[in-house]
Amino acid sequence: MSTNNDHKSHINDPKTPNEELQVFHSIHNDIDQSITEKSKIAGWINDRLPIIATLENTLKKHPYPKNLSYWWNFGSIAGICLVIQILSGLFLAMHYVPNTKHAFDSVEHIMRDVNYGWLIRYIHAVGASMFFVALYAHMIRSLYYGSYKAPREVLWWAGIIIFLVTMATAFMGYVLPWGQMSFWGATVITNLFSAIPVIGESIVQWLWGGYSVDNPTLNRFFVLHFLMPFLIVGIVLIHLMALHTAGSNNPSGVPMKSKKDSIPFHPYFTIKDMVGFVAFFLVFGYFLFFYPNALGHPDNYIPANPLVTPAHIVPEWYFLPFYAILRAVPDKLGGVLMMFGAIILLFFLPYLDRSKVRSGAYRPIFRKFFYLFVINFVFLGWLGKSPAEGWYIWASRLTTMYYYAYFLLILPILPRFEKTIPLPDSIDEHYKQKHV
Amino acid sequence: MKKYFLILLFIPNLALANPSHSDNNIDESKATFALHPKKLNWEFEGFFGRFDKASIQRGYQVYKEVCSACHSLKLLSYRNLQDIGFSEAEVKQIASEYLVTDGPNDDGEMFERPALPSDKFASPYPNEQSARSANGGAYPPDLSLIIKARHDGPNYVYSLLNGYVDAPDGFDLANGKNYNPYFEGRQISMPAPINDDGQVEYKDGTIATKEQMIIDVVNFLQYASEPETEHRKKMGVRTMIFLGILLVLLVLAKRAIWKNVK
Repeated sequence: MSTNNDHKSHINDPKTPNEELQVFHSIHNDIDQSITEKSKIAGWINDRLPIIATLENTLKKHPYPKNLSYWWNFGSIAGICLVIQILSGLFLAMHYVPNTKHAFDSVEHIMRDVNYGWLIRYIHAVGASMFFVALYAHMIRSLYYGSYKAPREVLWWAGIIIFLVTMATAFMGYVLPWGQMSFWGATVITNLFSAIPVIGESIVQWLWGGYSVDNPTLNRFFVLHFLMPFLIVGIVLIHLMALHTAGSNNPSGVPMKSKKDSIPFHPYFTIKDMVGFVAFFLVFGYFLFFYPNALGHPDNYIPANPLVTPAHIVPEWYFLPFYAILRAVPDKLGGVLMMFGAIILLFFLPYLDRSKVRSGAYRPIFRKFFYLFVINFVFLGWLGKSPAEGWYIWASRLTTMYYYAYFLLILPILPRFEKTIPLPDSIDEHYKQKHV
Repeated sequence: MKKYFLILLFIPNLALANPSHSDNNIDESKATFALHPKKLNWEFEGFFGRFDKASIQRGYQVYKEVCSACHSLKLLSYRNLQDIGFSEAEVKQIASEYLVTDGPNDDGEMFERPALPSDKFASPYPNEQSARSANGGAYPPDLSLIIKARHDGPNYVYSLLNGYVDAPDGFDLANGKNYNPYFEGRQISMPAPINDDGQVEYKDGTIATKEQMIIDVVNFLQYASEPETEHRKKMGVRTMIFLGILLVLLVLAKRAIWKNVK
């Protein structure tokens, strides 16, 4: 690759996010090779629809840091999860009936009578969990390597919005089979809005389309569950635009300084993404083929019954940490605010973290707090599954406090005291330290 | 960072773990929590799980002669019995033993006719109210999904059917209820359905011990809950082998492509 041996690019040392963007764009513009100039047909098409230049830009011209680790695979993995969910969901929607009288039986009709219906439905149900595995891994990577910091704030915000809309979509999807957990989960979560003072009750009735979770609720949840994935696709495109404008962060957190730091997407990351996909599909397949119901709740195979409340109403595993925060607060409105606040807080992350050093790999004290944060988050999830009684309540209060303290105290204050490890001079040097 | 990724893999496991009840409960006679089911080795479990069709057929006989007096199996059709080894003629014969309501005919009347293989299993009661009225207020649940609708379903159903004992002294058993430590609350409306050896006379000559009948009926109910089990696992093993080989090839390709990156 001429890209790697080309020394004519100007060496620069960006100090601020703006300088970083300038250097990145100049590296980008330096890389000139164009199919549209070499091929007449490609040129003809491109003059009328710039699709070839766009693809070429993404795959060949756009400079990616060459030291990206496998942690950078989860973005594309989350992307393929979205595609899998949309395709499997499309086929399910051809057989599913969004009516309280028929929904449960129509799902069983898919499972038993539709050709490979069981496979399509299990792909969709397990796929939802896998989507969240990918999203959480992707976000944890951003937290550790400081990928949310300037100049990538907008990229990060688009990601948080994707996370929020995906949560809403998953919640409504879980209601559709109209089992006991569907019904009671929907009842508990929609009732949260009644905590809003004065207008809360009216909002809940408006959400339900009636005076309880019933047929109008199921019908609109189906419509919204079908619609929202396409909104997610739109936000993903914005996320990608922001990514291609600011460039990828990397494990060293050091900005790109010259062409030597970079590598094109194709073939290097096409093949690496393939490795990630197949490794991920092995985990997916393990659940899909051997334990398809392990990530769900058995009560959802009991048809919804508004007269019988399940012993423990629990959401899907990917909501458990936030559910634990909700239950940790003794006041209903307070709990709702703390739960939504736990995600809204993420929007402020670029300003809360004051460290000049991006990557957690060069922040020895931060790293300990970060690992504790991850363990704390997993523990919160476990508490969300446990009954809200006895020591569990106190444990969830403590873990909730640490969740908030990590963002509101540790990230802003720690950089004042922390002595960071010297950074490598460049991405190129970091790559050589690791691989050569 | 790697080791923390491993922890992440355990999130679902942690989330699924139930806080277990204390085993040294002081007053056993007052306890109402359900015991954990006994663990058995089922042939349909594991990566290479297969259906034991002979057992499933016997289990169907137990369902038909014992359970179906009170429990429906609405999601199954008679034609499904061909999956577990009955011939087409046998299925027609079995279906024709039941009457279903059809219609309206050209005169606008509903009429009864013998069931066809395409009909769903006939239910013992026309509706929930009549089921409750015949069972002292309790509603015998439909069994089509019972294995999937309970934690550790196969072991739970086995333990429950096998778990009827006399209530301990001092246990406050309500009128018309039966004591079963595997049932949440330990008071169950259903009297022990399978009591004595030989309660069913197996057509294939197998000796119908209580244990045998319970295992057979669990095998049948597992089939009823997840008829695709065997197909799914066969496909799973093939897919995992394919993906495993593909992964090795892709890793090799990745190394070859990245070799020259200095």
